[in-house]
Amino acid sequence: MDNAIEARGLVKIYGGDVRALDGVSLAALPGTVFALLGPNGAGKSTTVKILTTLSRPNAGEARVAGFDVVKQPAKVRLAIGAVAQKSGLDPEATGRENLILQGRVYGMRGGALRARAQELLERFGLDEAADRTVRTYSGGMHRKLDVAIGLMHRPQVLFLDEPTTGLDPEARVDMWHEIARLAGDEGLTILLTTHYLEEADRLAQRLAIVDRGKVVADGTPDELKGELRGDAIAVELEEQAPDGEIRRALDKVPELHDIVVEARALRARADNGARAVPAVLGALEAEGAKVASVTVSRPSLDDVYLRYAGRSFSEADKEVPR
Amino acid sequence: MTTAFADTLFMTQRHLRALLRQPVWIFISLIQPIVWLLLYGALFRKIVEIPGFGADSYIDFLAPGIVVMTCLFSAGWSGMGMIDDLDRGVVDRFLVTPVSRGSLISGRLVQGALVGVIQSAIIIVLGLAVGAKYPGGIAGIVALTVCAVLLGTGVGALSNGVALLARRHETMIAVSNFVLLPLVFLSSVFMARALMPGWMQSVARYNPVDWAVQAGREGVATSGPDWSLVFTRMGWLLIFTVVCTWLATRAFRVYQRSI
Repeated sequence: MDNAIEARGLVKIYGGDVRALDGVSLAALPGTVFALLGPNGAGKSTTVKILTTLSRPNAGEARVAGFDVVKQPAKVRLAIGAVAQKSGLDPEATGRENLILQGRVYGMRGGALRARAQELLERFGLDEAADRTVRTYSGGMHRKLDVAIGLMHRPQVLFLDEPTTGLDPEARVDMWHEIARLAGDEGLTILLTTHYLEEADRLAQRLAIVDRGKVVADGTPDELKGELRGDAIAVELEEQAPDGEIRRALDKVPELHDIVVEARALRARADNGARAVPAVLGALEAEGAKVASVTVSRPSLDDVYLRYAGRSFSEADKEVPR
Repeated sequence: MTTAFADTLFMTQRHLRALLRQPVWIFISLIQPIVWLLLYGALFRKIVEIPGFGADSYIDFLAPGIVVMTCLFSAGWSGMGMIDDLDRGVVDRFLVTPVSRGSLISGRLVQGALVGVIQSAIIIVLGLAVGAKYPGGIAGIVALTVCAVLLGTGVGALSNGVALLARRHETMIAVSNFVLLPLVFLSSVFMARALMPGWMQSVARYNPVDWAVQAGREGVATSGPDWSLVFTRMGWLLIFTVVCTWLATRAFRVYQRSI
């Protein structure tokens, strides 16, 4: 089957020297959810802007719904719906008016237009608020209306740029249900960008991790997590011990792998972290090393990043994007 | 109905609706011209007595000037709405749809023109109430309104162009404040041209605000207006508006390339 979204070697340079994208390639099959995962400024939004014809790449090519985004933008626009990070709703208009105007610019008219707006309002639980101005909406309602607007003209491909950023946990779960339903029941192809590993994990059939304008890893969520087996164990010693001895002591604990020793900080992974802790403590004690603290944690987005991008997610996020 | 035309109407409707939902805006827009008319009318009442002013009643002289000034000011701030739309991502949302690109500017200009016509009508009626006379009759009133709206459309386009390039409220406010009031004082809105200092008269000759005031006042405040003067000024205003609209579309391209 042909890919619904396909990009090869996308490069985007802003202001002559800021390389926002440095050769991004990706592909999504029709009817699937594809997630772009990465910290702020990684290039997720830029990729979406190019794929939705808002922005032109400096190099590379992309096809969406079979049309070239640079050479056939008008055809791409008819085939896609897009929900940007900044929602783009008109706060002075009601929810219904926002939907109606969106439908009109796609050439929808009359009864069919009004019926489609009503259908979407009901489906997203906005029918009661339909005739209030958007100014009065909560964050969750805002985001639902954003998605409804993206669906107004029944697109084949839907782009969602950070659909749940800034939502409270309840509204986020709500949104996840909606997205899963869209891809499942309606056969939409969805490309979503996200900050949250959990979100990509729950919704996407495939995902790509983007960092500094490059795809650093891609595959199914299971493939990516599988490469990052087990819990993280971090041990802090009271005083530095000779590296070799500590290392040898830890190597003797069969549960541990991916052992890293950095001065007084020891890091390792284990399939079951809690169960490995006594053995770790025992091995260290046998070497006469005094332990100051031990922590066990589940694999996090940080760990995935550490592995694929060579730095931690929170550090990457601090580098303020353009 | 072509798409571009339909899209312009849809956008016009959106902008008008937003205005009508702001009672404070409506109230102030109605009160402001009355304040100008009464304030300046009282303040400068005696300047008609200066030899060479060339008018008998200052309120007759002032009313068309206030019409032009009101349209100028409304238009000068038109870009603020564009900045709001840019900030909220409204412009980008529409750019991902097949909407006619031009309608994103022309919708605002048409809305501005409609509001301009309504404001002009209100000021003209109010002028009557405070004793202004319009010997030029209906034809003169139409000419005045057309000139004011043409000026407003051109300035509105420029304002949107500035908004698209600057994309910041602060810059927009600074530019508008810097430009608008001086343009009024460098025209014959308040003062007869003959009594302006020489250099100001020279500047006024190239000031579109003065073209609109001259033509509008000639149409409205004189019986048997010099129509050739009215139409030449109207022609210049038309050219001004076309050039400004072209500049605004160039600014829009610059914005699109920057995304």
